[in-house]
Amino acid sequence: MKNELVLELPTDIRSIEPAVQYVVDHCPNCPTNSGKVNLNFRVGLTEALANAMLYGNGHDPDKCVTVEVCLTETRIEACVTDQGEGFNPGAVPDPTSDENLAKGGGRGLYLMRRLLDEVCYNERGNQVKLVLNFDSDVPLEGGAQA
Amino acid sequence: MGFQVSENGEITLVEVEGQLIVGNRQELKQKVLERLEGGDRKFVVDFAKTGYIDSSGLGVLVSLSKKIREQGGELRLSSLNEDLRTLFELTKLDTLFRITDDKEQAMDGF
Repeated sequence: MKNELVLELPTDIRSIEPAVQYVVDHCPNCPTNSGKVNLNFRVGLTEALANAMLYGNGHDPDKCVTVEVCLTETRIEACVTDQGEGFNPGAVPDPTSDENLAKGGGRGLYLMRRLLDEVCYNERGNQVKLVLNFDSDVPLEGGAQA
Repeated sequence: MGFQVSENGEITLVEVEGQLIVGNRQELKQKVLERLEGGDRKFVVDFAKTGYIDSSGLGVLVSLSKKIREQGGELRLSSLNEDLRTLFELTKLDTLFRITDDKEQAMDGF
């Protein structure tokens, strides 16, 4: 069994939380009592949407963000696409290093990688695919690679 | 979803209800900075009623803590559940904050 959702969001950070809630609400087989969905997936998708709106689309209200979600019995996949020029995810510094630890920003991509099982960008860098497997052993250690 | 601000002696308690994320971080920042400008120096942010925190939420806590410290004060965090505490551990922010099991413990001896 497979469920698919497609959302088109305005570049408005106020739309992020209701969009994340909508996705979780429309995944009938989602183990919603699971910390993996309620924390890992919610935070991961929130980060991807925030990055798309703030950095990808550069706050431009004329641009939108597309979210394509595919849910199976064992995993959830979400593909987030913005209308920006893209970026190089490999160039993002480690926010846990001593020189970056006290900075106010720069933790979004790091959290996505730690909380989800897969985080893959397209070549342009304006689309990210997030994957969370429901049966991973460690709830908060997805350990995705760039 | 929102922030409930109350006073307990010299301590300002902010309870986060719902999420602390990119969409509402500015509201928290504004509420705390207003108190800081008004002379408050001891802050506790309590997460007993919090669902989840994203990187923007973590970032605003870091920024506020720095501003409060610059004024000679302190920001303490309380009532993080196991998942939220793990977020702080993953990002190593548990090393920047005093984190207590509940708000009473945070206020005790502050």
